[in-house]
Amino acid sequence: MTGLVLTDVSMRFDLPNGTFVQALENVSLDMKAGELLSVLGPSGCGKTTLLNIVAGFLAQTSGKIELNGHEIHGPDAERGMVFQKGALFEWMSVRENVGFGPSMKGMPRGEKTEKVDHLLDIVGLQDFKEKAVYELSGGMQQRVALARCLANEPDVILMDEPLGALDALTREKMQSLVLKLWKETGKTIILITHSVEEALLLGERLIVMAPRPGRIHKEYRLPFAELGVGADLREVKKHAEFGPRREEILAMIWDMEEEIMGRTENAS
Amino acid sequence: MTGLFVLFIYVGIFVGSFFVVTKVVQKATPQDYTSLKTVTFGDESAVRPNRFAGVLSILTLFVIWGMFTGSSLLPRFLHAPAPFVGTTEFTYTAEADGSQDDGTVTVVVYPREVETDAPEVDPGDGFAKNDSAAIAQWRTGLIRVDSNDEIGRGDGATVVAINGTPIAPGETVQVDNGAVTLSDKGTPNFAPYRGWQMEPLYLPPPEEVWKRTMNVISDGFRNFTLWQHLGYSLFRVIAGFLLGALVGIPLGYAMGLSNWFRGWFDPIVEFMRPVPPLALIPLVIIWFGIGEVGKIILLFLAALWIMAIAARSGVSGVNISKVHAAYSLGASKWQIMRHVIVPNSLPEIFTGARVAMGVCWGTVVAAELVAAEQGAGMMIMVASRFQNTDIVILGIILIGIIGFGIDMLMRQAEKWLVPWKGKA
Repeated sequence: MTGLVLTDVSMRFDLPNGTFVQALENVSLDMKAGELLSVLGPSGCGKTTLLNIVAGFLAQTSGKIELNGHEIHGPDAERGMVFQKGALFEWMSVRENVGFGPSMKGMPRGEKTEKVDHLLDIVGLQDFKEKAVYELSGGMQQRVALARCLANEPDVILMDEPLGALDALTREKMQSLVLKLWKETGKTIILITHSVEEALLLGERLIVMAPRPGRIHKEYRLPFAELGVGADLREVKKHAEFGPRREEILAMIWDMEEEIMGRTENAS
Repeated sequence: MTGLFVLFIYVGIFVGSFFVVTKVVQKATPQDYTSLKTVTFGDESAVRPNRFAGVLSILTLFVIWGMFTGSSLLPRFLHAPAPFVGTTEFTYTAEADGSQDDGTVTVVVYPREVETDAPEVDPGDGFAKNDSAAIAQWRTGLIRVDSNDEIGRGDGATVVAINGTPIAPGETVQVDNGAVTLSDKGTPNFAPYRGWQMEPLYLPPPEEVWKRTMNVISDGFRNFTLWQHLGYSLFRVIAGFLLGALVGIPLGYAMGLSNWFRGWFDPIVEFMRPVPPLALIPLVIIWFGIGEVGKIILLFLAALWIMAIAARSGVSGVNISKVHAAYSLGASKWQIMRHVIVPNSLPEIFTGARVAMGVCWGTVVAAELVAAEQGAGMMIMVASRFQNTDIVILGIILIGIIGFGIDMLMRQAEKWLVPWKGKA
């Protein structure tokens, strides 16, 4: 059985003053291999906690997570991660960054070089492979991060707002790149984002999470990711269903944010 | 007094050259981008050291040094007034039994290196005979004017005037090229005019220091050549620093990676960090004596805590995303240590190493001042005991140059080895 299955995953942080925060409550999710899921939600809804649990950086307090039939424990090369920023190794060139995973596994040099070259071609950084990563622009750095993750051939790619720090134009180009990579590699991808448009464009499935306790509020299946592969994303946004969906989800998140604000104001 | 005068000259050159350079010289030079910025006051990036000011600053120090030591490198008119050298005269009036008589005193003030005797003078008329005296430059001298007089002090004669000006014991009269003070017992004390210059004993002119430098280079100092003295100091610093780094860096890593190590060593490191290494010198001497072992242990202790803290903060400074990313890419703990934590902490370690080398250099000089057979600090300490001010100055300059050189080398190594510093 392939795919990623989360069954009743809960996460509870006990605070020193005796109270606790229920960051996640009974989150269940069933992802087939090759699915692209985007996760939206107001701040504090546990999106990042969920991703960290799936990555293996945190242990859930209850529930279980299975990947391809086995339960996960701790971080592993089968689950790759792309961070918003700051996760590249400044002391390595672009080539060495992308080749990091294969090097750690002890892949033979020739095979590694071939793989790195291939990936740099895909993300369009062939001319920059000997550069230091701090010499690249933010968009290029995220391409390196994507290539580095892919070089390791993970089954699942976890993306924590990977495009959040980029300017609007670069972001659009990178969204196309993410779709292209998803289609070409057939990886299972979980993408966390703050941008409703991005979630709609990239998510074949989309879940909206609600805060306190963090849980799945609503789930959608969307056609836009399929339409967007190899197409102009601005055309996809003109799709008749796109506008209404965006408004619906925005309103949903707005309501949650307002509820949180109200609760804090009442409390104080 | 002279100090104030020096300060005025210094400020004068500072302000004067500022106007000359900015209003005249730099008006003629081409402009660059920064010169087009209108807001420069408060914009740190627009403040760059003025090259003219840098050169003039050094030059000014040497010129003032030369002015107030009568350096032969400077034209005479730039010298501060020199102390009197040569022959001068004053007259004294002696009174005995109600009658007065004048005598002339001829004084030869001779440079210290040319020992000169008092000249022969014609005794002259009256009961007060003419006298002569020889006084070394920078010195004063009591002149027993009555010793050859017909009626001496013992017979009731007293000096009542100098150059016709009445004088009593304890009073001073200005005469040509100096001043005469009557001592309590009534003997004139002649103080030649001192001028504004520093006595070579306190501050030799630059060329004397240079000459002495050449001298020490060729003949050495206290059984060791100059290079051996400096080499010993450097050797101690490098040995102590390397030992400190060798122990301190792994200790810092352990403190950054393990609760137990952090808990165990935090109190020790936090306590030892603020203890100045100089305060350890007495204990180190009691335990290890004044030989090499004691000095290297002292420098080891000076470098140890700095390097441990640098390595510790290098480890805690690693962005957790990098560590997470490395785990997700399949790295083992050892691989994360080798490929993430160590390279990530190198910039911090280099900063620590620069600080540690600076502290070690200062500490070694201080330790040598206290007790040593050889070394830069020992050289200046021994020289000062024998009033070889030129060697003291030479030593201070060399210590400064070496300290600066060490820092430059460390910075260069940093640029070369950790080019990603500050780029994350």
